Amino acid sequence: MVDFKLTNKQLLAKKLFAEFAEKEIKPIAAEMDETEVYSLELLEKLKKVGLLGIPYDKKYGGAGADVLTYAVAMEEVSKVDASTGITMSVHTSLCCPCINDFGTEEQKEKYLRPLVNGTWSGCFSLTEPGAGTDASGAKTIAEKTEDGKYYVLNGQKVFTTNGGFADVFIVFALTDKTKGPKGMSAFIVEKGTPGMIIGENIKRMGIRAASNVEVAFVDCKVPAENLLGKEGKGYGIAMGALAGGRIGIAAQATGIAQGALNEAIKYSKERKQFGKPLSSFQHTQFQCVEMQTRIDAARLLTWRAAKAKDDHENYTPLSAMAKLYASQVAVEVTRFAVQLMGGYGYSREYPVERMYRDAKITEIYEGTSEAMKMVAGGAVMNAVK
Amino acid sequence: MSKNVYVIAEQRDGKIMKVSYELIGKARELADDLGQEVVAVLMGSGVEAVAGDLAKAGADKVVVVDDPMLAEYVTEPYTKAVTAVIKAQDPEIVIFGASSIGRDLAPRVSARIHTGLTADCTKLEIDPETKLLNMTRPAFGGNIMATIICANHRPQMATVRPGVMQALADCDKVGTVEKFDVEFTAEDMNVEICEVVKTEKKSVDITEAKILVSGGRGLGGPEGFEPLRELAKVLGGEVSSSRAAVDAGWIDRDRQVGQTGKTVRPDLYIACGISGAIQHAAGMEESEFIVAINKEESAPIFNICDLGIVGDLNKIVPKLTEALKKN
Amino acid sequence: MKIVVCAKQVPDTTEVKLDPKTGTLIRDGVPSIINPDDKAGIEAALQLKEAVPGSTVTVVSMGPPQADVALREALAMGCDEAILVSDRAFGGADTWATSSTIAAALKKIDFDVIITGRQAIDGDTAQVGPQIAEHLGLPQVSYAENVEVDGEYLKVQRQFEDRYHIIKVKMPCVITALAELAEPRYMTVGGIVDAYDSKEVKVWGLADLKDTIDEANIGLAGSPTRVKQSFTKQPKAAGTVLKDLTPDEAVDAIVAKLKEKYII
Repeated sequence: MVDFKLTNKQLLAKKLFAEFAEKEIKPIAAEMDETEVYSLELLEKLKKVGLLGIPYDKKYGGAGADVLTYAVAMEEVSKVDASTGITMSVHTSLCCPCINDFGTEEQKEKYLRPLVNGTWSGCFSLTEPGAGTDASGAKTIAEKTEDGKYYVLNGQKVFTTNGGFADVFIVFALTDKTKGPKGMSAFIVEKGTPGMIIGENIKRMGIRAASNVEVAFVDCKVPAENLLGKEGKGYGIAMGALAGGRIGIAAQATGIAQGALNEAIKYSKERKQFGKPLSSFQHTQFQCVEMQTRIDAARLLTWRAAKAKDDHENYTPLSAMAKLYASQVAVEVTRFAVQLMGGYGYSREYPVERMYRDAKITEIYEGTSEAMKMVAGGAVMNAVK
Repeated sequence: MSKNVYVIAEQRDGKIMKVSYELIGKARELADDLGQEVVAVLMGSGVEAVAGDLAKAGADKVVVVDDPMLAEYVTEPYTKAVTAVIKAQDPEIVIFGASSIGRDLAPRVSARIHTGLTADCTKLEIDPETKLLNMTRPAFGGNIMATIICANHRPQMATVRPGVMQALADCDKVGTVEKFDVEFTAEDMNVEICEVVKTEKKSVDITEAKILVSGGRGLGGPEGFEPLRELAKVLGGEVSSSRAAVDAGWIDRDRQVGQTGKTVRPDLYIACGISGAIQHAAGMEESEFIVAINKEESAPIFNICDLGIVGDLNKIVPKLTEALKKN
Repeated sequence: MKIVVCAKQVPDTTEVKLDPKTGTLIRDGVPSIINPDDKAGIEAALQLKEAVPGSTVTVVSMGPPQADVALREALAMGCDEAILVSDRAFGGADTWATSSTIAAALKKIDFDVIITGRQAIDGDTAQVGPQIAEHLGLPQVSYAENVEVDGEYLKVQRQFEDRYHIIKVKMPCVITALAELAEPRYMTVGGIVDAYDSKEVKVWGLADLKDTIDEANIGLAGSPTRVKQSFTKQPKAAGTVLKDLTPDEAVDAIVAKLKEKYII
């Protein structure tokens, strides 16, 4: 049975997300972008309304909602501010799932609970200067101390979103250099652990409000009980988290696109040229319809992936396709919005130039568009015998 | 049989509120249509002295309930007093001011005597055929007007917003004043007033102003009201505003005109940078003469103004102030 | 302490539009919200609950089945129970019949205080709160902008145009809330899940209220008032609109007109 409608529960959640985004995020989005600093006050508000624990079990203090509700949240928030989108996303769908899916009961109590009940925020350190799409090229190492009580981490991570303020880091490091990806393990590292050095914010084109840093490990001792799963399971943990994370990014991209189109349509009704509003030109209408059609398609792909995850089906190719398409739509629609709004669209008076800059990253992070084709390649090609 | 049009007068600290005279003005018209009398009911403590003011404003009779219990407004004693008068004298119509006191008292009375009540009426008239009171009021933020009747219960009751009706300009006859005793018991004072604090706002009542210079979103900020204050000063008027400017925090809420603010009908209303959405229009369109200054030619205010100027208020208002100074 | 809040679902009137052809209200697609004064009442109730441990908040609404969502929102904000008073027989009620019906429902539950919003933005009557108080024979304090618990009493700051009163009132009583009383909190995501999964909205129809209700006092038939006619307001005839004037010309035009009208 196909149902493209949200349930009443999901609709009420959507109302909350939209209201929160409009009142709490929208008014400060431009300023956060300008100053390149994420508002910690806003972060606390996100925690308070439960936006950092959406698809997690009530048993651990989460909201107990489904992945689809999380996708709706990502879209609503990203309509006004993509930086808040990625802040939520890295926490919710990269950091937390590693512990939720692979952590022991003790690890869940100690780390997942504060992460999903609104106390802490988290991040995810996988990418290295020399290992992006090819994450298996990671060089950060983790050596077990002789007494077996600690792992000592050494190496360099880059583009760690939320790293500037996160309480919990999920760090991937090689426990066996000889085995490549199969030698990678995942660790929970607490903020302030000696030897973990948080770098300056990395200057970026878009999502400038989000915290995004280099993290260096210099003889950083992590308690052995903070190993997630078993030694050598790190690469699988990372890939699993990213497959789920892409649902969030697809929703973020859909939100950026919808937010930009809404701005452009609103503007087209106010702006008069050649004696009439832009919106009254058929060309404008045709273009807006084209854009809305693509956004709707992106949203449905995103929801399909989210629903598959909720139903415990194989969602990996679905989330890859959703992200591939939605990110492309985000770039396209934001470019259109700037173009339709002309000089004002290009100016910082209006938010669409920010959205245009923000959109681009959705084609890159949590797997580039090219990588998405690699991920979905098998499923697509094997569907035809 | 029910008879006569009753006005529940409102006094604060022994001073009759303006709305009471406005209600008497309307009641006079209704009573004349019915061939009946206007009775004003005045409640308070030591208020007999001012009862004469009501008698001179068009009431045929003033009923005074004077008791220490009524010194400061409290729902129960006032409800008891009004109910006693209604039960004893069986009015055809009772009207209250839609002030915070009237809107607290009237519903309580209506529930107690089991009759209907229509809130915030902007128009009251006697139906020429049925002789029923047609009570017209705005609903849905002024988008819709509804005429309400109360056919089978008496009295027919309504509240009327201050500033909507007009007091009689001159009235040569003087009505009679009579006392009405209500037996109060200690239990009637079912709440304790610990403190009465008069708000020391240099608040002007914009509903009383003859001239209003009103500003809206188009002023751009709180400082935009400064030239308007200058203009109001020269004209001897007051400054008011639209909801947008109040919501933006540019000016106090008690200056707000419109559906959620106050209803005004000054002789002159100058709307500066106010688009004139229906919610605003609901509060000012009865003004005698409306001047609108707005740079948006499509602003709806231009549909209800008497004189509209499409132009920049920042340039026009200061020049207007200068020109009027010379006059 | 048992706190009851009465809340109404209303169309968001800032978005109400008229059909330009028929002049009637377009209700389709107009979002429904919890009436703002009532929402402040809900927040005030939740704050009282937090101030007095062991308290519960029950939210009561009268309306069509669609009002369910407004009650779920109240539950998601933190209210404990919700009751929807809903029956075709209650339809068409004016404020008198509405307050009789709600009072009949309230007679079936325990409470120390009832909080209602001052008025609803669709009708703006401000009548139902005081009428409920009268039907239940309780003292009322309307226009509350601050409420504190003081033993068996409530201390309420109530606002008038030119003054405020600090009033001490013994519970049980009725308070009507101004929007200024409390800034409503957001729902929480977990609260929304609870509102649908572990809390319920009880629906009480006429049959459920048979012990406390007088059927002569409900619905259209039990309403003393009746809408005789409704219509859209006719805008005043347009006056003169001048454009493309210099500021000086504009000033001259205004001054001339004001002189003509003997305003100056």
